[in-house]
Amino acid sequence: MDETVAEYIRRTVLKIPRDEIKTMLQKWGFLSEAQLQNLNFHQIKDNISQEVVQLCEENSADIKQAALLDIIYNYIYQDKRIWSVYQMKKSGEELEYFDITDFKKKFKRRIRSTLKNVTITFKEYEDNAIWIRVAWGTPHKKPNQYKPSYVVYHSQTPYVFISASVLKSNMPLLCQALIVASNYHDIREMELRSHSLNSLKDIVFKRYSQNFQTYTAKPLQGGNIESQNADRRIVQENRSEKERIYRLNQEAFGSGPQPKLEFAQYRLETMFKSDPKMDVLDKKEPFRCLVKFSSPHLLESLKSLAPAGMADAPLSPLLTCIPHKARNYFKIREKKGSFPESFVSP
Amino acid sequence: HLATSLPLPSERDHLRPRIDLIVFMIDIKSKYSLKNVEASLAHVDASFFLGKVCFLVTGVGRVNDCSIETNAVCKLGKTYCSPVLFCELELEGVRAATAQRLLRILEICAGHVRGVSALSFVLLMRNSDDD
Repeated sequence: MDETVAEYIRRTVLKIPRDEIKTMLQKWGFLSEAQLQNLNFHQIKDNISQEVVQLCEENSADIKQAALLDIIYNYIYQDKRIWSVYQMKKSGEELEYFDITDFKKKFKRRIRSTLKNVTITFKEYEDNAIWIRVAWGTPHKKPNQYKPSYVVYHSQTPYVFISASVLKSNMPLLCQALIVASNYHDIREMELRSHSLNSLKDIVFKRYSQNFQTYTAKPLQGGNIESQNADRRIVQENRSEKERIYRLNQEAFGSGPQPKLEFAQYRLETMFKSDPKMDVLDKKEPFRCLVKFSSPHLLESLKSLAPAGMADAPLSPLLTCIPHKARNYFKIREKKGSFPESFVSP
Repeated sequence: HLATSLPLPSERDHLRPRIDLIVFMIDIKSKYSLKNVEASLAHVDASFFLGKVCFLVTGVGRVNDCSIETNAVCKLGKTYCSPVLFCELELEGVRAATAQRLLRILEICAGHVRGVSALSFVLLMRNSDDD
């Protein structure tokens, strides 16, 4: 077995929390049940990984199997990476039957025609998700297995989720290979990024609860007025205001759980508005400013602002439009009119 | 009765009993809460400031999250001749003790304690100022 493969497998196993190693190796399926039974999973991880490498040596593992183990690790710990969303466009309306073998062949061919030193691995999952792992090299160097790109493609949709490697120069090639393989003619990056892959899917596939008049089992938001009035000795003077806020909030956010995003970023290119007598910035240039909101769960915290009394309801549409517009990166420029702030999608 | 700000909504005027004590709660982590209280003070009738108003500053346990300076609050208390209490609601013991203090103040303001009236608070405030 190649030394680099051995080292890669060793390092991948080391990343896995000790209690999860056995399950993950079982999912991998490369080591036999007997071999796994004989492995001592109660020793320190260093020793476990050494033993795994030895077993892989016995089974003659190559880079393909090692890459597969890496995909499995990243599938389970997908939230450790930042995912961007890309949307593909078809030229015509032809509904083509999706052939996975054809897809894989075209994808590999397109990439290899430009760059020979790559490792390409596919794995399919239940929900029609195809996971692709690409390790990039150069014409003179073998692929760097430690900085791969991951692509998740749902074949019935025009959306692709990419967790790019830091080697950004390979993005154009990756995008081209995707459209060629999936029979689309264009691809563009959406302004939507998050750690939570499932939340990104919820947003673009519109799987989160929007403001429909459907039955909800129980209200999930903590600040629900009914629960606060459990004690009849407490009288809420502003009850109608609280109810108004609650209602507006429900209209803006819906009553179900929000998709999980960590950031919203607003790049302002607007004119600085000050008292003309103050004479600040006598050059009439747009004032450049970046506003970034971050939170472990941005949309839930925005949803709880008004009920907590920390912001007025209704919240600015710039904040509440995030799931509907499927974006959390915005550029705000001057509108050619009288509105002080406006919204331009690039 | 809990309210988020003053003035109180007029639609409930007929349901409200006599008000004996107003406690303004200021969250030391929120500048907004101080501003809100300052704005609400303008709607209070002058007669309340003879001992029937008190300021309660909460959240003082979390030293790193203070957004308001204690000077600002103490100045507020002096300006309006009303006591300022500090507490941390997240600690059960302090919460209970503060509730008991407020209850005692309320009893006096409502006239339930013989020989002591709300005006006594004003006098107490005066005395501590003069040293």
